[in-house]
Amino acid sequence: MSDEVRTLVIDGRDVAGASGQSILSVAEESGVFIPALCHLAGLSEVGSCRLCMVEVEGTARLVASCVTAVEEGMKVTTTSERLLAYRRRAIELLFMERNHVCSVCVADNHCELQELAKTLGVTHFELPPLHPACDVDATHERFVLDHNRCILCARCVRVCDEIEGAHTWDIRGRGTGARLISDLGKPWGESTTCTSCGKCVQVCPTGALYEKGRSVAEGKRHRPYVPFLVATNALGTGRQL
Amino acid sequence: MTAEHKARVATTWLDGCSGCHMSLLDMDERLLEVAERVELVYGCLVDAKEFPEDVDVTLVEGAVSSEEDLRKIREVRARTRVLVSLGDCAVTANVPGMRNPFGPGPVLERAYLENVTLNAQIPHGAVPALLAESLPVHAYVPVDVFVPGCPPSADLIFSVIMDLVEGRLPQVQGTARFG
Repeated sequence: MSDEVRTLVIDGRDVAGASGQSILSVAEESGVFIPALCHLAGLSEVGSCRLCMVEVEGTARLVASCVTAVEEGMKVTTTSERLLAYRRRAIELLFMERNHVCSVCVADNHCELQELAKTLGVTHFELPPLHPACDVDATHERFVLDHNRCILCARCVRVCDEIEGAHTWDIRGRGTGARLISDLGKPWGESTTCTSCGKCVQVCPTGALYEKGRSVAEGKRHRPYVPFLVATNALGTGRQL
Repeated sequence: MTAEHKARVATTWLDGCSGCHMSLLDMDERLLEVAERVELVYGCLVDAKEFPEDVDVTLVEGAVSSEEDLRKIREVRARTRVLVSLGDCAVTANVPGMRNPFGPGPVLERAYLENVTLNAQIPHGAVPALLAESLPVHAYVPVDVFVPGCPPSADLIFSVIMDLVEGRLPQVQGTARFG
């Protein structure tokens, strides 16, 4: 990221960011809320959840604000009826693709998907649910992976690779068949790369990764330490934030 | 206010745990306020055998899981002006829907054959047959108002009922949450 300043308009407000900085990042700094699930400060962006889509004047298609850099003179709209409709549908697709049962989920009350559904006014689903048969991997001595709750945001993949440096996680397959895997498909408990650091558990936005022994609604995350780890990691490697 | 000015309200209970009805009762002294505006004509809180005709508002708790649930909800829909899906089971199938990846056969076998020590048999005849999937109410009949929550809070149920009897569209969006 260079120090060159880019000035643009977000929701009618004049704002400034650095060249190369994402629209989402500039919006966050300016106090503008854009919903997102795969984005987490300190990790690289993948643009997989599609909730941060925004309108850019002069462009017919919507762009994912987490992976679109600000440009001089850009005019961005972050809230509109059209965007709300798309975001609600994106939430619905995430819910329908797996078995999200908030009332019995370890992440109930601490879930970003559940909270965003409320924020965006999703009260029911129109699409037919897939109800896929999903495995639960409880082979790790301290943690559990429940595919029923996974939204494939890949936060765990990135934090494990970029911060812990272990790269235990990956995503195998495509579309509705895509699954989070450890060590190229071994049970988590047999992983030789996992350091059991638990960062993946702390960054998971839903109840897909949790500590063993936690019951319904007990999966509270200890998230604030992630930016700290990112900062110390960047200092150690000389990588620019 | 006389009885003929009261809204005719019913509740019904399909595949759920009765928690939504418990939450309804949780509105405590506000029940008196509701009772001034509402005549409760059917539901598990009153003694009425048949679902009556000409109901203004029906609150449905529970998912549609059996042939009997399906018969009930079709009858309810035909006799109700405003149908409210109350709670996550009615809105999303919630816990009853957790059997859907397996199908009713394996679930019944697990519950009534594999896990019992005495007189193992799958119930038949006296109980309605399970449908292939447990689904939300709006999978079968049109629903007018969705109130998610497990259960929805007493405050929310109170505001939904009062909005409806006073002719307003309940504001659930941004207030109600799954789970």
